[in-house]
Amino acid sequence: MPKPKIAFYWCASCGGCEETVVDLAEDILGVVEVVDIVLWPVAMDFKYKDIEAMPDKSIVATLLNGAIRSTEQEEMAKLLRRKSQYLIAYGACAVSGGIPAMANQFPREQILKFNYEDCPTIVNEQKVRPQVKTADDGHEVTLPTLHNVVRTLDQVVDVDYYVPGCPPTPKLTKAAVTALLEGKLPPKGSVIAPDIALCDECPRKDSKPTNLSIDEFRRPHQFLMDPLKCFLAQGVVCMGPATRSGCEAACTKGGMPCTGCFGGTTRVHDQGMKIMSSIASNISPKDEAGISKVLAGIPDPIGTFYRYGLAKSSLRRKVNLPKEA
Amino acid sequence: MSDTNVQSTSWEPRIVAFFCNWCTYTAADLAGVSRMKYAPNTRIIRLMCSGRVDPQFIVDALAKGADGVLIGGCHPGDCHYVEGNYKMLRRFEMLQRMLADMGIEKERVRLEWISAAEGEKVKRVVNEMVETVKKLGPLGLPQKFNDWDSEMEDFAQHVAAKEAAAGCGCAVHGKKETVNA
Repeated sequence: MPKPKIAFYWCASCGGCEETVVDLAEDILGVVEVVDIVLWPVAMDFKYKDIEAMPDKSIVATLLNGAIRSTEQEEMAKLLRRKSQYLIAYGACAVSGGIPAMANQFPREQILKFNYEDCPTIVNEQKVRPQVKTADDGHEVTLPTLHNVVRTLDQVVDVDYYVPGCPPTPKLTKAAVTALLEGKLPPKGSVIAPDIALCDECPRKDSKPTNLSIDEFRRPHQFLMDPLKCFLAQGVVCMGPATRSGCEAACTKGGMPCTGCFGGTTRVHDQGMKIMSSIASNISPKDEAGISKVLAGIPDPIGTFYRYGLAKSSLRRKVNLPKEA
Repeated sequence: MSDTNVQSTSWEPRIVAFFCNWCTYTAADLAGVSRMKYAPNTRIIRLMCSGRVDPQFIVDALAKGADGVLIGGCHPGDCHYVEGNYKMLRRFEMLQRMLADMGIEKERVRLEWISAAEGEKVKRVVNEMVETVKKLGPLGLPQKFNDWDSEMEDFAQHVAAKEAAAGCGCAVHGKKETVNA
């Protein structure tokens, strides 16, 4: 019997998700033994045309990481959807937009202008920008276009399962691959991680006060934090209460607050609003001036509360950006 | 919410109002039994307390086509649950900053303290709010989301044309991909 075919693909991502696959360490040998990897651009040389030539649904599962931001990524997402029985959104960017989705606060033109002209470390006197089509020596060369909107994978194609995290842990990755190979699949649309808030597995849980009352927000570099006490009790913004567990509290165990990369649980519809509600409600002042003063301690609420989830949020993108072609 | 695509000429703002059971909803009731006339643009949702108004509800209302959201609760110190309205006030402050960052005018979301005796204030606030939102014009987020996603449709057509032109055997696609909005 031929080995089941698996594909890994990356879109708008940093490569950290690929690193997690490698972090399976010797377990990856066990995976390679039982599956046939047909596409993995970061590690192996395969051609897109080989995938195009395969019959539809001939890949058992594709683990796709990264947000969908360019026409190439969109095309590959659609191609891999067609060729795969199961398409898995792997990592925060594919699940909820991730860090790249913060670009949804800006017009495309501003992003291109900064990156190709205004960025202090750029030398580009002729103001060269990537062109969709260029003629070179009689040949036409093409490049993908950058979309105006950064999207999650499920805003572009149908997705079967979600593996959250920035990046997902090797343990969850192994659980997902094992479930696929053994055919023990949860219902379609499931997130392969526990459906309970991070606080549940945080070692600092016992020191979380029943009634929080925050007088001042402080950032981790501004003071010496108590290594055992709940971050919120110390006035440090921690996304734990509105974030799914499954990372085994990697950050809070390591002395840093949760930034929310696992997304919300099934009861949370908009992670940024949910955690904002929880944190802002629990500050101590009762008058407008006092409230403003304390909340000023969170200078960038969108970047803080929607760090990984802006594309998947209710508003998706800054709503008054100029229309671009 | 079936009248999403109304013509701009006949456009009337749609405002979702979250009123607390103990004060503002009772005040709206009073306005009703007192036969006060005010703009019919609000859809009132009664909650037990303004402290129950989750910001998720507000952005969800806007994303689904509301042009504005009005929140009514008991005056400070009068909350039936002692602290609920303070919780709303605190998150309202942060919500306003976040909505501004996302390009939504802060006048579209308003918080008012209206006691059970202030039927007149319900009338005034609702009328003012409708006037303000009329001046701002439609927010129209559902339409905006469709406009944003048209860039994907354009590209899908381009790919289909390319594959048809290439005429390779690989371009036999069983079914059309579903595109989620």
